[in-house]
Amino acid sequence: MDNKTMTMAASQRLLKKSNKSALQKEKRGKYLVLASALLIISATIAITIFLGSKGLQAFISNGVSIYEFLTSTKWNPTAENPLYGAVPFILGSFAVTILSALIAAPLGIGGAIFMTEIAPSWGKKILQPVIELLVGIPSVVYGFIGLSVLVPFLRDTVGGQGFSLLAGMIVLSIMILPTVTSIATDAMSSLPKGLRESSYAIGATRWQTIWRVLIPAAMPTLLTAIVLGMARAFGEALAVQMVIGNVRSLPSAITDPSATLTTIITLNMGHTTFGSVENNVLWSLALILLVMSFIFILLIRYLSSRRQF
Amino acid sequence: MGQAIATPAAEKSVFDIKNLNLWYGKNLALKDIDFTIYNNEITAIIGPSGCGKSTFIKTLNLMIQNIPGVRMSGEINYEQTNLLNDRVDLVDLRKKVGMVFQKANPFPKSIYENVAYGPKIHGMKKKGKLDEIVERSLRDVFLWDEVKDRLNTSALGLSGGQQQRLCIARAIATKPDVILMDEPTSALDPISTIKIEELALELKKNYSIVMVTHNMQQAARVSDRTAFFLMGELIEYDQTNKIFSAPSDKRTEDYVTGRFG
Repeated sequence: MDNKTMTMAASQRLLKKSNKSALQKEKRGKYLVLASALLIISATIAITIFLGSKGLQAFISNGVSIYEFLTSTKWNPTAENPLYGAVPFILGSFAVTILSALIAAPLGIGGAIFMTEIAPSWGKKILQPVIELLVGIPSVVYGFIGLSVLVPFLRDTVGGQGFSLLAGMIVLSIMILPTVTSIATDAMSSLPKGLRESSYAIGATRWQTIWRVLIPAAMPTLLTAIVLGMARAFGEALAVQMVIGNVRSLPSAITDPSATLTTIITLNMGHTTFGSVENNVLWSLALILLVMSFIFILLIRYLSSRRQF
Repeated sequence: MGQAIATPAAEKSVFDIKNLNLWYGKNLALKDIDFTIYNNEITAIIGPSGCGKSTFIKTLNLMIQNIPGVRMSGEINYEQTNLLNDRVDLVDLRKKVGMVFQKANPFPKSIYENVAYGPKIHGMKKKGKLDEIVERSLRDVFLWDEVKDRLNTSALGLSGGQQQRLCIARAIATKPDVILMDEPTSALDPISTIKIEELALELKKNYSIVMVTHNMQQAARVSDRTAFFLMGELIEYDQTNKIFSAPSDKRTEDYVTGRFG
């Protein structure tokens, strides 16, 4: 009898009288986050489908040749005999992306090594806010500075009009520098401390330790930093458009004006009518941008899967 | 504080430490240490956490200087050179005084490249010679038979015990005189621990070993001499069997019998 009341008391304490309202709250929370996730996923899918269908329309309903689009260097959709060669813009996009990465990668990784290995205390105190500031500057400001300082400077020093691939690449390299630097800094500082210690203990100098142990160990993440920077450079429109010159022909030198996929879209989307062939080929250019960004993402995922630390 | 030990004249010392004081900022972490480390012996250093034993072992290859705010006085004589002299060549010192850490930390490179790292940074380029060094070092730590077919695979794929033996192989690849071991088995399972201990007993034929350990049984099992540190002081230093059977200092006795620490 006594025993029985004891167990009753225990079961009353442990079991809730009714957990209906708790269950309901639990469910509501679950649906809320599920809805957010679904919204993000469906937005991405919708954009992809929309871009895919609009981007292919020029080839399917307007009869533009895909072959011409991807191989010809002549672009003039509004001429009597319209020409749809997108090669100058595709090449222009790749050129500014790769060249700006070539500048930003060594600078960014160098800055990261300085902050983590050479002067971790004061180096980080100065460089970190500088980098955060660089991220916060809007791209129109970069373009404006490029237009009013860099372009005249290039005109006076290297010749030409100043508006050029070179100008675009310099502006972009400064814009992607913070991306590269901050991810590279994370890569270096997440390396286990024991790697440095044991390299020093074998008699390696600081330089040997950085060059032979730390950089190889951080390599997958350092490459991710560069690819993320390139993805940003590839998609940047405004700042590049302000300094690159926006011509339709293929540049023959780095000091020649040029155009990229993004600049040609932003320049022309305002004065083409929706549904016309001139407008549809711009969507095709946009589709190339989307495909490239998928490739960048795949590359980043591949690189992160190779991370060791 | 350190006591003079009656030693046969034949025994050669590798390290001769006199009046060593060490400060972290304003904190005195090592007080007047007098210490002699002998050739081809295993010297164990025991003591409770924070007693200065890890600090002490890191002075022997001057790794302690990597910590900001460290100041030292006294003498650490190695091969008739006082290491506290400013002109000591750290590269050469660390080639001769190797170190193994508590956590096995192989580089994310192949097994071969891990062992060849030391010789390579010290300027060895010949492939044939490097191959020879890698094989000899891996044989010395009894790892050769386990890894000879996968020398070019990543060292991170090895087990914890194998990784620690690889780190020892990496340390002896530069042909040091002394191997410093800072709690080399504290992160390992008992079987790997025994292997490292057997390895240490084998290695002392060719090297002098200084081993910091938390594990008193380990000190008793492998070492020839044992030093007991307490709060930055060297309390007692003697033959291991004397320390564990008839210590002269009350504090040593309390510690080795498990009354504190």
